Amino acid sequence: MAKLLKNREILLVLAIIALVFAIALRFPGFVAPANLARVYNDTSILIILALGQMAVILTRCIDLSMAANLALCGMVAAMINAAFPGVPIPLVILTVVALGAALGSINGLLVWKLDIPPIVVTLGTLTIFRGMIFLLTNGAWINAHQMSDAFKALPRAPLIGFPVLSWLSVVAIAAVYILMTRTPIGRAFFAVGGNPYAAVYTGIDVGRTRFFAYCLSGGLAGLAGYLWVSRYAVAYVDIAAGFELDIIAACVIGGISIAGGIGSVGGAVLGSLFLGVIKNALPVINISPFAQLAISGTVIIIAVAVNARTEKRKGRVILKKAEAV
Amino acid sequence: MAELNLSPRVIPDRLQSRGSRALKSWESLLLVVAVLIFAINSFASPYFLDPWNLSDATFNFTEKAMIAFAMALVIIAGEIDLSVASIIALSSTAMGLAVTMGADTPTLVVVGLGTGLLCGAVNGLLITGLGLPSIVVTIGTMSLFRGLSFIILGDQAYTGYPASFAYFGQGYVWWVFSFEFALFAVFAVIYSVLLHKTNFGRAVYAIGNNQTAALFSGVRVGRVKFILFLLTGLMAGIASICLTSRLGSTRPSIALGVELEVVTMVVLGGVSILGGSGTIPGVVLAAFIMGMVTFGFGLLNVPGIVMSIFIGVLLISVIALPILWARARRRVAH
Repeated sequence: MAKLLKNREILLVLAIIALVFAIALRFPGFVAPANLARVYNDTSILIILALGQMAVILTRCIDLSMAANLALCGMVAAMINAAFPGVPIPLVILTVVALGAALGSINGLLVWKLDIPPIVVTLGTLTIFRGMIFLLTNGAWINAHQMSDAFKALPRAPLIGFPVLSWLSVVAIAAVYILMTRTPIGRAFFAVGGNPYAAVYTGIDVGRTRFFAYCLSGGLAGLAGYLWVSRYAVAYVDIAAGFELDIIAACVIGGISIAGGIGSVGGAVLGSLFLGVIKNALPVINISPFAQLAISGTVIIIAVAVNARTEKRKGRVILKKAEAV
Repeated sequence: MAELNLSPRVIPDRLQSRGSRALKSWESLLLVVAVLIFAINSFASPYFLDPWNLSDATFNFTEKAMIAFAMALVIIAGEIDLSVASIIALSSTAMGLAVTMGADTPTLVVVGLGTGLLCGAVNGLLITGLGLPSIVVTIGTMSLFRGLSFIILGDQAYTGYPASFAYFGQGYVWWVFSFEFALFAVFAVIYSVLLHKTNFGRAVYAIGNNQTAALFSGVRVGRVKFILFLLTGLMAGIASICLTSRLGSTRPSIALGVELEVVTMVVLGGVSILGGSGTIPGVVLAAFIMGMVTFGFGLLNVPGIVMSIFIGVLLISVIALPILWARARRRVAH
């Protein structure tokens, strides 16, 4: 039992259940299965993005450009649809996933080939990607009436009782889970983050692994870009502005160590769900939506403090006194 | 930010003379770039070489540069503070709140500085007290501080600052020299002395180069870092007073994205993002360059978001170019 309680994923599941029940005590409607399915659906995009961010953070990097990448890909999807409504939607999705992966590969190349610190690279590409949306559109919006019905309907379309959006996130979770646990590149993400020096000696190319992590996060951001734009039926320069913080928050809450090497797909999903439940509960318990930013900030800080404590216990502490200063 | 460096460290057997080192330094390169940009701007627009226009141009960088001085010290010590723009927002909100309670100008200044210091202390305590990585902590406080402004203000705005409060952002000390510019110059001197002439400054370099070695040499690493975050908070508070006074109003979205420009300014100034090296004169030159470029773009009617693309490209290329340059030279040497 004590061992079970130390498991981070189980703790998170308990925390989420406790949170949901606390809300349900005052608003029983919140735990209705239909509403819980709606909360999951609303969190799907965050889950998809957190999976990509997890891969990047595992390799000791960070991707601050994901939300900007999402916005750019979403805008391109909307522009393709507005200009050529006949193009089949799966082709549009494939295009933006490829575009997202290409944008991610720019981050990856700069980190791999030029050894520029990831935070600087992605801070830079964050503004560049957003600026490119402005250059593409001159600041114009693409509104619902310019998008074809098929474009808008796909994420909402029901499939065995749930919307396609929810199913897509389930597929993404399964795919990334297999990638992380059953393929050499997935294991390399952990190896590179856990100990880059040791990874080199085991024959893993650290830079190349990081490059793939950025391609993955970029591709998932591209997918999320289409989903975001079609779900909210509008595309403009500032969509998902600041969302990169929510993605990182979801990862940190999910126990993915910012120092690399520690984390799991389950953690990323649960961290996203934790944020999703809070976000959906705020209007129910009558807290202003303006409070959301402060709440995510507080949750990030608490989560990173908790993570640091559990990680410290795991590692060997040499020079105990020196570390305490 | 643990970085992987597998190349052997090269120790030159013959040190260069002081003069040739000064000529080859990053700062002299910046000086050349600054002069070039100045010349290009004067050709591109007939309005550039006017003392009052140039004075207006300084407002593009003075507030950010004041934060950049403190940020330079933080980055040299191997940490980073991404929450500065949110500290500006929170102090501005606190001052706006004080105005609605009938505060006078001196009280407003105290409120602005106090909020900045408090935010810096929160960062410092979390980072040095709990030993958390500064990048995550300040990403967290970045949304926390701005989130607090949103809770207090919502979609409202504070205006109605007293007339005497306008001096900090709109007043002139002498002829074309604004109060902000004078403050910028004073802080440039203070931070140069602090970083280059005091024990504290040496400690900052020591921590950035090797924290463990610094600790064993008797440097109080935790205390120095805490003071650095306190200073950054204070400078953000000062910048907030200037910006609020200049705009005459407060919205929760004030100074959005400024942290990026401050970090770019510091890195452009030759401060290594990995810590351990950099100078204040470099940051001063970088401030002038960024201010003149954005002002020149403004005279040519380039929209703000295009300037931000430019800043993003600048940030990446400024770090990439020396790396490519060193690589090319190594290839020639072999």
